[in-house]
Amino acid sequence: MEFLSSIDWMQMLRCFIVGGLICIIGQILIDKTKLTPARILVIFVTTGAVLGGLGIYQHLVDFAGCGATVPLTGFGNALAKGAIDEVSKSGLLGAFIGGTKAAARRYFGCNLLSGTLLH
Amino acid sequence: MKPIETKKDYQEYVEKKSPNSPIIKNCFNAFWVGGLICSIGQIIFNYCKYRGMDLQMSNTIVSIILIGISAFLTGLNLFNRIGKFAGAGSLVPITGFANSIVSPAMEYKSEGYVMGVGGKMFTVAGPVLVFGISASIVVGILYLIFNTQSITLV
Repeated sequence: MEFLSSIDWMQMLRCFIVGGLICIIGQILIDKTKLTPARILVIFVTTGAVLGGLGIYQHLVDFAGCGATVPLTGFGNALAKGAIDEVSKSGLLGAFIGGTKAAARRYFGCNLLSGTLLH
Repeated sequence: MKPIETKKDYQEYVEKKSPNSPIIKNCFNAFWVGGLICSIGQIIFNYCKYRGMDLQMSNTIVSIILIGISAFLTGLNLFNRIGKFAGAGSLVPITGFANSIVSPAMEYKSEGYVMGVGGKMFTVAGPVLVFGISASIVVGILYLIFNTQSITLV
């Protein structure tokens, strides 16, 4: 129970509110425009990558924790961050490797695994 | 009633007849379901931190667990119901991403493993990955040229 007392409940509240607000943006896009879900997901990931590249998204992550990293904008942010990290390590090639590496680390493997295991 | 002649008239007619979706209610449901999913992620994240893992490891574990849960729920056909209720609340977090891979994989299983499962698995996730990774390449090249994250707030 030491773990429960270590949880920062204000952080949890911020996470809940920011995560919810990002989902509301998605819901408004679904209801008010004729975009298909696939396009909305693409918009979210690209927005996240752009904001991540500009260094804006990191402030949201610092503020809301998983409220910012769990939605798909966080995925875009992780891709951009992976590319930037890799560039500072290995130069131009890193730009091409970094994003894919981040995608693989966070989503690719487990997605494929769960996809193929479940049928 | 006067006959519908132009395309514009028809569009107005359709708009009048089609039920307008209750946007406030939808947004509220999306808000709390999305918030809840993020909070579950935060609890897992806190636990990983509590066990002394680093930031990147914790984020990866959060993703794996949430994707695992949503893939499992998709397999049991429960995720569709949550999705119908919550709309974007379950679509925008990575749970929706996992669902978009697993559900066509299950649906098109009858068309065979190569063209059915393998081909249809990425109908939704494919564009997301392509655009996401392309954007990250652009970001990486721009970073290489300017060697700074140009805008730093605060």
